[in-house]
Amino acid sequence: MQLKKIEAIIRQEKLDEVRVALEAEGFVGMTVTEVKGRGSQKGITLEWRAGQYRIEFLPKLKIELVVDAFDSERAIKAIEEAARTGKAGDGKIFVSTIDNIIRIRTGVRGTKAI
Amino acid sequence: MINAGDTAWVLISTALVILMTPALAFFYGGMVRKKNILSTLMLSVVTLCLISLQWVVYGYSLAFGTDHGGLIGGLNWLGLRGIAPIFPAYAPTIPHMAFIFFQLAFAVITPALITGAFVERIGFSGFLVFTLLWSTIVYLPVAHWVWGIGGWLRNLGALDFAGGAVVHITAGVSALAVALVIGKRKGYGKAPMEPSNIPLTVLGAFLLWFGWFGFNGGSALSAGTLAASTILVTNTAGAAAGLTWMLISWVHKRPSVLGLATGAIVGLAAVTPASGYINPLSAMVIGSVAAILSYYVIIFRMRIKLDESLDVFACHGIGGMWGVLATGLFAEKAINPAGANGLFFGNPSQLGIQALTVVVVVAFSFLVSYILAKVVDAMFKMRVDENEEEVGLDISQHGETVY
Repeated sequence: MQLKKIEAIIRQEKLDEVRVALEAEGFVGMTVTEVKGRGSQKGITLEWRAGQYRIEFLPKLKIELVVDAFDSERAIKAIEEAARTGKAGDGKIFVSTIDNIIRIRTGVRGTKAI
Repeated sequence: MINAGDTAWVLISTALVILMTPALAFFYGGMVRKKNILSTLMLSVVTLCLISLQWVVYGYSLAFGTDHGGLIGGLNWLGLRGIAPIFPAYAPTIPHMAFIFFQLAFAVITPALITGAFVERIGFSGFLVFTLLWSTIVYLPVAHWVWGIGGWLRNLGALDFAGGAVVHITAGVSALAVALVIGKRKGYGKAPMEPSNIPLTVLGAFLLWFGWFGFNGGSALSAGTLAASTILVTNTAGAAAGLTWMLISWVHKRPSVLGLATGAIVGLAAVTPASGYINPLSAMVIGSVAAILSYYVIIFRMRIKLDESLDVFACHGIGGMWGVLATGLFAEKAINPAGANGLFFGNPSQLGIQALTVVVVVAFSFLVSYILAKVVDAMFKMRVDENEEEVGLDISQHGETVY
């Protein structure tokens, strides 16, 4: 048994496209969190009453899902393609190995609990 | 003799102007960071409570009571005792109590306007002391000079229909003085100071606009042609200034919502002293020029890194100064026979009187406020300590949190 956690930081407006792309590949469950962050683009300027001000952290969404290691490349590809605009600010995907999953309702463990 | 129509209009107008103080609370509250929203709302609404009492106990008497040397009213109406049912010299067709209450609403909102200068770092107890004293030694004398019978600027013929000098210049200039005493917010110019809730600000701005019909229109103290003309020119100036501001921000980058709301307030402030004396086309000019002046004063204020946080000086100080001067340009006896003609209607001397009013009220407000802030700061510490400021005033001053 090998489990992978995929954490993807994406543009807020891309959530539905990513969700549909994942679902098309058979990945249904996921957790979404509103986050703030910055990459090499740093912040952006917004309009103040007169002139502009900078915000240094941009609002993004973080999607987390845990998949069988065997399927992880498919999930990553689905997210990448759906979330990409080609401009700075598309986000990042982090992949890590996970020890176990436990479904609380039934107590089932491992890949069956995905 | 009491006229029911006039009385009804002034009573409604009073309620409208009272509404402006909570509206101002929202206008300001939306522009601060989330950790200071409640504190910012509180500064305005507690002023409503505090000055409501002060006005009844001694405020009205010192501003509008029997004159002493043109400088201050008397103590003859302390506690509002012995008030005659009508006082024709101020308002011949409405109850004296209606005039007193209408004026109370102005006395309340003026110190509330100043709070924009020191949000996010003011200590609450120092603020209360400052506000009560400021209202007593700045607002009451200036109100007497300009509006009180025997007041020296009134006797000179200064025109200030609804408080361009008494309300907006005093508040705006004093805000600048207090900002200089209290200093910048921690991290100002380095960390972003993001407005927490622009919808709240837009709501507040347009509730202020609505209340302004009472502020200016009620100042006619009658429900006739003058009140009608006054609220129309008020609306016109607000609209012209809002659009002008939006266009400037569009030329620089994007048509800002916060910009349009700010512009509207600036236009409304600027037309206040002139509103009972001018035609609607003059109101357009007054509003648009106010927006241009105020916009670039904010840009300049930010460039010199002065943290007069919500630009009370740029909006109300500059708007008020321009408005009082513009009254000396655009006033027409054809609109209001009780007024005077301005420069553009053949009477250049009115502009001189208006300019003198500006200079006197600016100088007096700045000096007295600066010294008062220094004294209150030395005795009661006007600013919270660094830790309290970082945590935010909602928790450190009031023990509450928003949302």
